[in-house]
Amino acid sequence: MRMSSSLLFNIATLSYFAATVVFFAYLASKNRTIGFAGTIASGFGLLVQTVAFFLRWKESYDMGRGHAPLSNLYESVVFFAWTIVLIFLLIDAKYRYRAVGAFVLPFALMAMAWAQLMGDAQKEIQPLVPALQSDWLLYHVITCFLGYAAFAVACGISIMYLIKVKQEDTDGNSPAGGILSLFPSSKILDDLNYRAIMIGFPLLTLGIITGAAWANYAWGSYWSWDPKETWSLIVWFIYAAFLHARITRGWVGKRAAILSIIGFAATIFCYLGVNLLLSGLHSYGGG
Amino acid sequence: MGRLRTANINQPTYLLISEQVLPGRLPLKNQPSDFGTSLWRFFSSLKLTIFLLIGLAVVSVIGTIIPQGNPPPVEYLQTISQAKFDLYSKLGFFNMYHSWWFVLLLYLLTLNLVACSLRRFPHDWKLINGQVPVLDEQQEKSLANVQSWKVSQSAADLKKSAAEILGRGLTTPVVTKVNDEYHLFAEKGRFSRLGVYILHFSIIIVFIGAMVGSFFGFKGFAQIPEGDSITTASTTTGKVIDLGFAVRCDSFSLTLYDTGAPKEYRSVLSVIENGKTVIDKQPIIVNSPLTYRGITFYQSSYSQDGNPSFHFTVRNRTNGTETQMTATGDQPLALPGGETLTILGFAPDVGSIYPGFSGPAVQVQVQGKGPTAEPFALLQKYPAFNADKGGDYVISFAGADQKWRTGLQVTKDPGVWVVWLGCFLLVSGIFVSFFLSHRRIWIRIGAGRIVVAGSSNKNQAAFRITLDEIVDKLKKI
Repeated sequence: MRMSSSLLFNIATLSYFAATVVFFAYLASKNRTIGFAGTIASGFGLLVQTVAFFLRWKESYDMGRGHAPLSNLYESVVFFAWTIVLIFLLIDAKYRYRAVGAFVLPFALMAMAWAQLMGDAQKEIQPLVPALQSDWLLYHVITCFLGYAAFAVACGISIMYLIKVKQEDTDGNSPAGGILSLFPSSKILDDLNYRAIMIGFPLLTLGIITGAAWANYAWGSYWSWDPKETWSLIVWFIYAAFLHARITRGWVGKRAAILSIIGFAATIFCYLGVNLLLSGLHSYGGG
Repeated sequence: MGRLRTANINQPTYLLISEQVLPGRLPLKNQPSDFGTSLWRFFSSLKLTIFLLIGLAVVSVIGTIIPQGNPPPVEYLQTISQAKFDLYSKLGFFNMYHSWWFVLLLYLLTLNLVACSLRRFPHDWKLINGQVPVLDEQQEKSLANVQSWKVSQSAADLKKSAAEILGRGLTTPVVTKVNDEYHLFAEKGRFSRLGVYILHFSIIIVFIGAMVGSFFGFKGFAQIPEGDSITTASTTTGKVIDLGFAVRCDSFSLTLYDTGAPKEYRSVLSVIENGKTVIDKQPIIVNSPLTYRGITFYQSSYSQDGNPSFHFTVRNRTNGTETQMTATGDQPLALPGGETLTILGFAPDVGSIYPGFSGPAVQVQVQGKGPTAEPFALLQKYPAFNADKGGDYVISFAGADQKWRTGLQVTKDPGVWVVWLGCFLLVSGIFVSFFLSHRRIWIRIGAGRIVVAGSSNKNQAAFRITLDEIVDKLKKI
């Protein structure tokens, strides 16, 4: 039975790989059809992964362990990839800047590849320990990861911005050639970065609040300065600083892009670093 | 806004994020640069906000690397030198998030947030309440989105159609007639300007809730052996809190998955007040606590209360006499023939050791006069298992009695609802200030000429689409 969902997860991984390659081919070829193919491949992967997600959920019920597949490191890494592709496709549908895919899909691909390379013991559907047996698991994990994913997209866009702005600085105003010609202008990239963070920040806020509500319900304390809680607050502070810095003139462009990349690095530390390197209450995702 | 459509953000004019009237550049009331003014300027500056947010992010890392606690864990203390320990203690690193300097940073952030809001508010309040129904030339010049064209119809005819178009495109306009010119004014979402104040105010509410909790609440712990009751809980600082009622632990149970991982910790609790049972045998598990009179009991831990006792049925192979025997803890049991039965181990559920089997099991060893025999396992649910071992006896395991002691987190936090109110306002404030905008559109219809102007404090791209649609329709009249 379990073969079916893991097979679909493999197909999704291959789709994200194909999408990454196609988006780079789009940058090189400047052929709009190829760009569209990249979006299609991402969408196909997302669809397959969505089916796989629900299938794994069903499989866990068949095993008598019934819970959403959001309970350990493997499942969360896979879900992270799913949310990244989802946020990318939403932004793609709204603004149609396909080149962004080349800098966002690699994050989803890396996450999926890492998850697929984990040992069988880690991929196993495990029963839920008492602390995780709560509906809050669903609300908390979904909001947090959608937030993380929006920050991943913002980070990809910021990397594009830094590359683009370097080229604009050296070439002056002459029409851009080569692989960078399909990059949106630095001004648009700067704005897209801001928009992605505008999506991520409310979701992170909801993620922190649902986490606090859950902690209060399970342990009787909504805030304990546990490393995971503290790091989520650090990430929140960084993006809050980003949003405030936006209002003053000096903090757009390069500084905003760097702050966005730092913010995502902190996000990744909050997600993985805390579990793998520090100790605390939030140890489920580590193994 | 509701429809998902391709927004073109190619043109730089579409990229304006918010109006360029910004808090950092608002005129100050007292222009002379006296001390009070500079202090006010300092505390209400956005630079201070950014400095504090980044500063808090950076220093917060310390407490996630250095273990927190009073005293900090011994294993950690052994890894650092005395000099380091003294330094860290002095800096409050072992209780960092409550240290004077960290709390000071939080107070400064609050002060900054209040000052910024006070400084900006009068300006926004004017924009919320001060409708400008007439588009005069000065107003026209200050707006970024202005279009005008020649028309042949009469102003009165145009006014009617224009009002309809504006009504459908944004909201029913206010019509004012000035010197034979019609001024149409429609605005939507003016109260969205309050979003940012709700957001900032909500953070103060959360802080107030946290303070209420720390002044009027407590966080304690209690252990209750099965069958016993408690009337007090002790806090982490060692203070003893009188609950005002008694809590009895009727039973505690632990269930495991077939993998050996814990499935459920369950305590059955009763509350007795003034000799009367007010809550009778209510089970609590992790994620499902019990609350009485504002005090909540959370399943937190468990431990063994005293030694377990093990029950056996021992049958003599030759004469068939059966004896019921009970061993306590790791005390060896003397069998009828003088041999001893030693209990080496106990598993509440054997499934993780012997896949396919379930139920409790013991590992035992029978020592007679001869050489030491091999240890073997006895399974309560499978009497035939290892029935051939045990020398002269068929030994079957009839179960174990373990008295447990449940560990409960006992807390009272009257501020928690204030915190949730703050969180609700925080999310609402973020939503309003991020995604709703104050949009205003003016139409002036004069002799042979129509002027359309608009302004939005946020999301220029979407506003331009609305405005362009209205302009298109007006041109088609």
